[in-house]
Amino acid sequence: MESSITFNARVQARPAQRADDHDVSSPVSIHDMTVAYHRKPVLWDIDYAAPEGQLIGIIGPNGAGKSTLIKACLDLVPKASGSVLFYGQPYRKARKMLGYVPQRESIDWDFPASALDVVTMGRYGRIPWCVPPRKKDKQIAMHALEQVGMAEYARRQISKLSGGQQQRVFLARALAQDAKIYLMDEPFAGVDAATETAIVQLLRDLKSAGKTVLVVHHDLQTVPEYFDQVLLLNMRIVAYGPTKTVFTQENLHKTYGGRLTLLVEAAEAVARGGKPT
Amino acid sequence: MILAAANERARTITDTGFEWPTWPAFWRTVSLADYNTRVVIIGTTLLGIAAGVVGTFAYLRKRAMVGDALSHATLPGIAAAFLITGAKSLPPLLIGAAISGVLGILCVLGLRRIPRIKEDAAIGIVLSVFFGAGIVLITFVQKMETGNQAGLDRFIYGKAAGMIFSDAALIGAVALAVLAGVLLMFKEFRAICFDAEYAAAQGWPVMLVDVIMMSLVVLTTVVGLQAVGLILVVALLIIPATAARFWTDDLRTMTLLAGFFGALSGWIGSSFSALLPRMPTGAVIVLCTGLIFFISMMFAPLRGVIASIVRRESLSLKIRYQNLLRAIAEVEEQAAPGISVPYAHLLAERSWKPRQIRGLIRRGFRRGDLHAGDAGGLALTSEGRERANRVLRNHRLWELYLIRYADIAPSHVDRDADMIEHVLSPEIIRELEKALAEAPPIPPSPHAGEVFA
Repeated sequence: MESSITFNARVQARPAQRADDHDVSSPVSIHDMTVAYHRKPVLWDIDYAAPEGQLIGIIGPNGAGKSTLIKACLDLVPKASGSVLFYGQPYRKARKMLGYVPQRESIDWDFPASALDVVTMGRYGRIPWCVPPRKKDKQIAMHALEQVGMAEYARRQISKLSGGQQQRVFLARALAQDAKIYLMDEPFAGVDAATETAIVQLLRDLKSAGKTVLVVHHDLQTVPEYFDQVLLLNMRIVAYGPTKTVFTQENLHKTYGGRLTLLVEAAEAVARGGKPT
Repeated sequence: MILAAANERARTITDTGFEWPTWPAFWRTVSLADYNTRVVIIGTTLLGIAAGVVGTFAYLRKRAMVGDALSHATLPGIAAAFLITGAKSLPPLLIGAAISGVLGILCVLGLRRIPRIKEDAAIGIVLSVFFGAGIVLITFVQKMETGNQAGLDRFIYGKAAGMIFSDAALIGAVALAVLAGVLLMFKEFRAICFDAEYAAAQGWPVMLVDVIMMSLVVLTTVVGLQAVGLILVVALLIIPATAARFWTDDLRTMTLLAGFFGALSGWIGSSFSALLPRMPTGAVIVLCTGLIFFISMMFAPLRGVIASIVRRESLSLKIRYQNLLRAIAEVEEQAAPGISVPYAHLLAERSWKPRQIRGLIRRGFRRGDLHAGDAGGLALTSEGRERANRVLRNHRLWELYLIRYADIAPSHVDRDADMIEHVLSPEIIRELEKALAEAPPIPPSPHAGEVFA
């Protein structure tokens, strides 16, 4: 376990990003990453290299930092230390390889847009400034809607879609990004059975197309069925590897059990200003 | 000449009489015959377009109230610019207004970063403190010899009637900049208004796009100060956009419509105050936007209040009617097809009012679903039976689905099933049929025995 004092030293030192610390063949290689909100660390010393072409479940209790992990990878929250490389490239150069599915609740669905409008926004990252989306982009977006079984709802206002349908629109938007690596934040949260089936099928299609998919997932029961690999997370990495060997009772107990109180206390001490109680 | 004299008379301060405009005066205003009136009307119309268009994005970005903080924060800048330059000419005053307005926005953004200060509190603080500072400075200016004639208070309430050609031209330039900016950046604005985090993940510099958007808001606000005043200018940003939202679900249409509503308000408002001397133009313009908003809210067919009441009522009528058919079908199920169901039984079956049920029965006769049965009762026609059995079947399927999958106690199911069966789509029904493959054509009621006991 880290003490708060060495943690502070680490934050101040900010080790330089060095490619030799990373596995450059990995689609997502995280090295020595620590993330803090309002100075309170939520992720400690994450070291992880995702294997290529796998479905990877990110599993952990509430507040374990699962969403933060994804957001830090995408540079959406600042890192206190560490770095992330995608096939050896930093985020800035790699962003066209990345597809992102945020949590459904993160936006206001009463926005004047149709399902097709939203999915077309998945193309925006590839269109230069001040240029409107082309016909080709609309076709790609339409194809993405077909892939999630939502083609007939293309023209429907997004607030008139069910929760599961909205989730599928978000997935289609990420598909339209035409990425190699997908980062998904709880795509299964609060969806109907039909959507769940559609998402699972989509994940398998992505895998057979050679994509790497990291999925924040809540439902422990379905983990062995859905994911080849798991990353067990609770503020730090508890375990990772093939689901068969890593998704064990013992590891789950380590992830969800109350053994991390020391770490939480240390985090709060740092937030108070580095003074241990 | 007579008209001119009347106008002269009306403009003196001691005259408190109210005169309706004559037809020729009306025509002169509408046809923009007078040079001064023309300048004012064109100026406020252009302002309305600019504010409506850029306001759409401020509204969707949930920044509308930041616009209010911005407009109030311009006042100290105006006074300070006057103190520094001593000039009465507009450009330095507006530059001062823009600088302190931007400073106000930065203060809001800065305060928001402090934990425990929420956006609304930050806006309230900045708005009132800057406005207070502005009032103090203006009072100070007016005590100076030159300050008396500066008329800086026209920026508070607005004085569109005093608009000259260069003012209108400035507004026109800003309107052009807003239209060009929105046309070019439509994709970028849409992206950050809908999902800024996702846009950032795609590599868009959200901060920069925000700055461009807010710059257009600042420009519009600052040139609008003279016309409608800093207290009311935010109305032109928010209200046309909000009104437009009632009519459409498409961002492009909404933007155009908001620009149109803004223009309409500016035009009607300034025409009104040209016709009725001493009417404060800014206030009349804002009242026009308010009227447009009210009409939109009530009568817009897409999201208006009346349209949604009509939709809700027609759905609830449909539900009540289907319940009537189902009640008869349930009796048939227990007895025999074609049985005549007494009116009293139907009345007892549900908490229907006699008047309501008579209306439903008339509807059934009109549609050919019901005919008069024996002994003054009601019976289903073959067409009506088909419809009623369909309703009954959906209802039972849904009940089973709820019991089996949603784990709801059978005694509670009936009410939930009532709500949903009327809106089930054929595809969900197919899905239910698949899930309950062993279900007979009409699954038996889970309340067996209590239906017709």
